[in-house]
Amino acid sequence: MNLQSEIPLDYIVVLSAVVFFVGLLGVVIRRNLISMLMGIELMLNAVNINFAAFNHYLFPNRLEGHFFALIVMAIAAAEAAIAIALIINIYRRFATVSVDDVDELKY
Amino acid sequence: MDYSYTILILLTPVILFLLIGLLGDKIDKMHAGLLGTTGLFAITMLSYSTAFSYFSHGTVESFQSIEAFQIVWLQFTDNLIIHLGILLDPLSVMMLVVITTVSLMVHIYSLGYMKGEPGFSRYFAFLSLFTFSMLGLVVATNIFQMYLFWELVGVSSYLLIGFYYERPSAVAAAKKAFIVTRFADLGFLIGILLLSFYTNTFDFNTLTDVNGPAIAQPITNVFMGLSATTWAMLLIFMGGAGKSAMFPLHIWLPDAMEGPTPVSALIHAATMVVAGVYLVARLFPIYSFSSPDSLEVIAYVGSFTSLFAAVVACTQLDIKRVLAFSTLSQIGYMMVALGVSGYGGEAGLGYMASLFHLFTHAFFKALLFLGAGSVIHAVHSNLMTDMGGLKKYMPITHITFLIACLTIAGIPPLSGFFSKDEILVAAFEHNKIIFGVQWMVAGITAFYMFRLYFNIFWNNSPAYHHTPHESPATMTVPLVILAMLSISSGFVPFHEFVTSDGLPLTTEFHWMIAIPSVLVAMVGIGVAAVLYRNKNSRPESLALGMKSLYTLAYHKFYIDEVYLFITHKIIFGLISRPVAWFDRHIVDGILNLIGNTTVFFSGSIKKMQSGEVQWYIWYFTSGVLLLTLMILYFN
Amino acid sequence: MTGPRIIFYILAASIVVFSILSVTSRRILRAAIYLLFVLVAMAGLYYMMNFQFLAAVQLMLYAGGIVVLIIFSILLTSQIDSKLDPPKFSHLLGGVFTAVGGILLSTITLLQFVFKPSGIAAVGTDIRSVGRQLMDTNLVGYALPFEVISVLLLAALVGSIFIARKDRV
Repeated sequence: MNLQSEIPLDYIVVLSAVVFFVGLLGVVIRRNLISMLMGIELMLNAVNINFAAFNHYLFPNRLEGHFFALIVMAIAAAEAAIAIALIINIYRRFATVSVDDVDELKY
Repeated sequence: MDYSYTILILLTPVILFLLIGLLGDKIDKMHAGLLGTTGLFAITMLSYSTAFSYFSHGTVESFQSIEAFQIVWLQFTDNLIIHLGILLDPLSVMMLVVITTVSLMVHIYSLGYMKGEPGFSRYFAFLSLFTFSMLGLVVATNIFQMYLFWELVGVSSYLLIGFYYERPSAVAAAKKAFIVTRFADLGFLIGILLLSFYTNTFDFNTLTDVNGPAIAQPITNVFMGLSATTWAMLLIFMGGAGKSAMFPLHIWLPDAMEGPTPVSALIHAATMVVAGVYLVARLFPIYSFSSPDSLEVIAYVGSFTSLFAAVVACTQLDIKRVLAFSTLSQIGYMMVALGVSGYGGEAGLGYMASLFHLFTHAFFKALLFLGAGSVIHAVHSNLMTDMGGLKKYMPITHITFLIACLTIAGIPPLSGFFSKDEILVAAFEHNKIIFGVQWMVAGITAFYMFRLYFNIFWNNSPAYHHTPHESPATMTVPLVILAMLSISSGFVPFHEFVTSDGLPLTTEFHWMIAIPSVLVAMVGIGVAAVLYRNKNSRPESLALGMKSLYTLAYHKFYIDEVYLFITHKIIFGLISRPVAWFDRHIVDGILNLIGNTTVFFSGSIKKMQSGEVQWYIWYFTSGVLLLTLMILYFN
Repeated sequence: MTGPRIIFYILAASIVVFSILSVTSRRILRAAIYLLFVLVAMAGLYYMMNFQFLAAVQLMLYAGGIVVLIIFSILLTSQIDSKLDPPKFSHLLGGVFTAVGGILLSTITLLQFVFKPSGIAAVGTDIRSVGRQLMDTNLVGYALPFEVISVLLLAALVGSIFIARKDRV
């Protein structure tokens, strides 16, 4: 299957931008730590689409974007693991996962 | 002759101070006292042997000054070096003997007098510190070392005056003494800096060398009509006047009597207060050659102080204050003698007389104070109205006190007669007015001393709570020793040892001056006897007759009030308060304004640091978008 | 309209719709499931770009790993039927403003720019060649990032265990 001939690159990049800003919206409006984490995952995936798409459209002779996306996924996995460990810990300590209640470091 | 062992004279008291001061609570109180006294006995013996070997082996014709010990203490530059050392010359050796003798007597006396005091070991630690400072002062090889020990003396005096620190009056007196002398020392320091700036040296031997930079090379800089040397020497004399309580810096000395009586005997009668005399004597060649004007000032200040203090002493009721004013008066004598003296030979008679009087005065004034302490110990009061008729209760104190009074009155053949006589001779040769004043002061001295004597030991006894009894042996033995010294020290051939140029001086007896001075003293004693020997109404009627003068003198001529007025009303009220207001409202106000502005703005922007990551992300992304917008479309 | 193009539009539409749903849904478990849909659709997109390995990893790691992890933590920390608080108005305003502004800005900017496919011959993206390149130490190999990532994963593993340990705190 060859997407190059079917769809312009612009569409995919615009799609990625939309997903990115929707993820940002999720991070900004939600107070729940897990919701925020999901927003961040959305933003990471939007970036991944870009990497893969540019690799596929512009430089198909090398797999750099492909591997970069792969590495981003690995890092996202590590980040998710750490974040969830932190969230569980915070929940254990404060009995909440709302960022409004976990603000002892402010000011 | 090797004198390097004299360093022990300095080291021993400082070691004693540390030992007693640090271990004071650990060891038995009496042991601490005995330790201090024994140590001081050793120092006294060392001083005697130093004096003996110095004066016997010194030289054939004149006494040289010897630097027994010298180390570099501070080296700032190649030229600015401050040494610490020990200088032995007739003056310092004489002072060593006086200080250690009086200090030893006071130590022994204190063993009895201070018995049972809570701060017994602290007291002895301070005494050692004082002895160390005073000895360091007199053996200083340079003026800076002298200044150093000068301040140490001030500190130990402060500590000892404030020994009864629970009493507010003692604390106030200690503060007053410290501040007044400190104020004077400011002048001293400026004088030192001026003198050293022009002569490039601190060293006494170089400074007082007749061919040295201070004397042989006159300084041409003139400031307000006086040469720089005169300014320097006057400022140095200001320091000396502060320590020696010369008018108008005398106000601290009467209050300093708040300290324990032996302290008054040691510090405020015999040793520390003569530091000013010592200072002038030490720098005498410069005074004499380079700035005779300052010597005139010294003579008049001394003369006025002696008259003023003698008049005040006639009216005081507190026996220690009488003695304090008497000390002022006698130091005035010494200053007069220095002021009227010249350098070398017959002209240097005043110099010799001054130090001779210092020497004898140390003994008889210490004796007077210790005697007064003995009386106070017996009747538990300082006021002579609470005393009377004590001669049958306290025979030893009575006899020794009588000897001291006769000595200070200048009755031959006691020591005071010889020294005072030579001062009068020197004054007579120099300035007839000063001679007249000093002659009159001699009579007043005899009068107020015998007023004191008759009031304490004769007169009618008031009702004592318990019968007064003679003091213990630790107190009477020093009295007896000092009484013997008071009698005999006049026969020391002083003029052969301590003179302005180191050469022996021949003195002759001046009948024309001795006889009137003895006569005026006898008159003073006679008047005192008439007025105070038995209870009668004559003193009251006399006081009423000269009511204004009496009131003035009783209130010490309101000098303290003048000081209070100047400091509180003028300095505090007119200068300090506006300055303080300016500082508090303008300077602080500006700083507060800056601070409050910062607080205000940080308060309003701290909401941005909400701790909410979402907002940070939002700020960040919005910023990126804005930048992108600006770069791409509004470029 | 060709088949791939239709599939792309379906995928793109589902990605956009489900991501918006995932962000706006007030039931957190549903949000997680919508996220799962987004991720699966993205795997389809990768597949369409001939990145079968990447698509497989996306499915395994995201759909199979991270989403399951997120669902676990949701189950551990909140009641299933509880709803998230509605966002504060200021947050909503700021978020929507920035998101819409960003989308508009990037879309306008991107659509002005014409990307030309380079037309270079593609390298093979089958599992074998991907594996070769991943382990290769030559110029075209990616062994070093691979190792770095493995170290990072190890550190994350140790870290998350340490953070979540119960007897700490």
